[in-house]
Amino acid sequence: MTPSPDKAPFSALFWAFTRIGLLGFGGGPAMIPLVQQEVVKRHAWLNDEEFADVLAIGNTLPGPIATKMPGYIGYRVAGATGCAIAVTAVILPMVVAMIALLALFSSYRHVAWIHGMGQAVVPVVMVMMGQLTLDFWNKSRLALGWAVSLAMAMVAGALIYLLGVHPGWVIGAVLAAALLRPSSRRRAP
Amino acid sequence: MLVYWELFLAFFIPNIIGYGGGPAIIPLIEAEVVGRYGWMSPQEFAETLALGNALPSPIATKMAGYVGYDVAGIGGALVAIFATVVPSLLLMLGALGLLYRHRDSPRVKRMSQWVRPVIAMMMAWLTWSFFSEGLNSAGLLHTVLIGVASAIALLHFRTHPAFVVLAALVYGGLFLS
Repeated sequence: MTPSPDKAPFSALFWAFTRIGLLGFGGGPAMIPLVQQEVVKRHAWLNDEEFADVLAIGNTLPGPIATKMPGYIGYRVAGATGCAIAVTAVILPMVVAMIALLALFSSYRHVAWIHGMGQAVVPVVMVMMGQLTLDFWNKSRLALGWAVSLAMAMVAGALIYLLGVHPGWVIGAVLAAALLRPSSRRRAP
Repeated sequence: MLVYWELFLAFFIPNIIGYGGGPAIIPLIEAEVVGRYGWMSPQEFAETLALGNALPSPIATKMAGYVGYDVAGIGGALVAIFATVVPSLLLMLGALGLLYRHRDSPRVKRMSQWVRPVIAMMMAWLTWSFFSEGLNSAGLLHTVLIGVASAIALLHFRTHPAFVVLAALVYGGLFLS
């Protein structure tokens, strides 16, 4: 809770999180080292231990980690305005770029070669999603064991895709069970 | 007005149940945007995701911004981004003390662990649906060719996703028109 050494916290926050937003590829979790570089090493807004705590707290909540951390750090450095500046700086430039590029793309969709470009990215996205599937499956296997993971995946898949249950209900039930079950019990092998 | 409310729900629900950061939220958003509300075709969703992966910054807010804009203009983009960012951020700022005490609690760890197999299942399903979408539009030969080439580039050579997407765009422009 030390006051920031920066004379102009708003512009320091703005530029720090703009850099993080422009250099961070691969989604939120991949951006954490960049956040640490700016927040701990460059500006000393938090020390290493505080940073680890903020990360751990962020992970107790759902939603993207790459907006919770900037929001909290901005708030801590410069109040509600700091929070708004940090979050805006990390997301806005690329949201605008995304809308501009896709709107341009959509307006030329009827042109044959543009249409072909759109078709060609589908297999790439398929591979990327396959990569994420593998990543989540491996983490799940390490934490819960493959039998439990497979059983949970199968039951969830059957509920969502065969019976048409909304995924929100399935995940909500899993979260409630994880929260309410007594924690003294030994974890699955 | 209804469309703003639907946009809010479509992004609020995935972000309030999705543990594991932005990537975990993608299949949940797909279930709302393509499955429930039908705002986008699987093809459009794949294009959005491809560009999202090629650009820096968090994936969840880029998807929210574009889908919101596509459905209801600038106002839609703002609503979708608001629903993505604000609820979990407010929880974090509001309940910091409580969360701090429970940051290493086994129950909290268990929540994100138990959600993972469900998310993995939804990701596998989405992978499959992109495969069948590829078969329908680009055909088997091109789907397998582009799929294998990008798998080798991404997994073996660790090529940056932006270059892989760019290469696919060039290939599509030349051979799929």
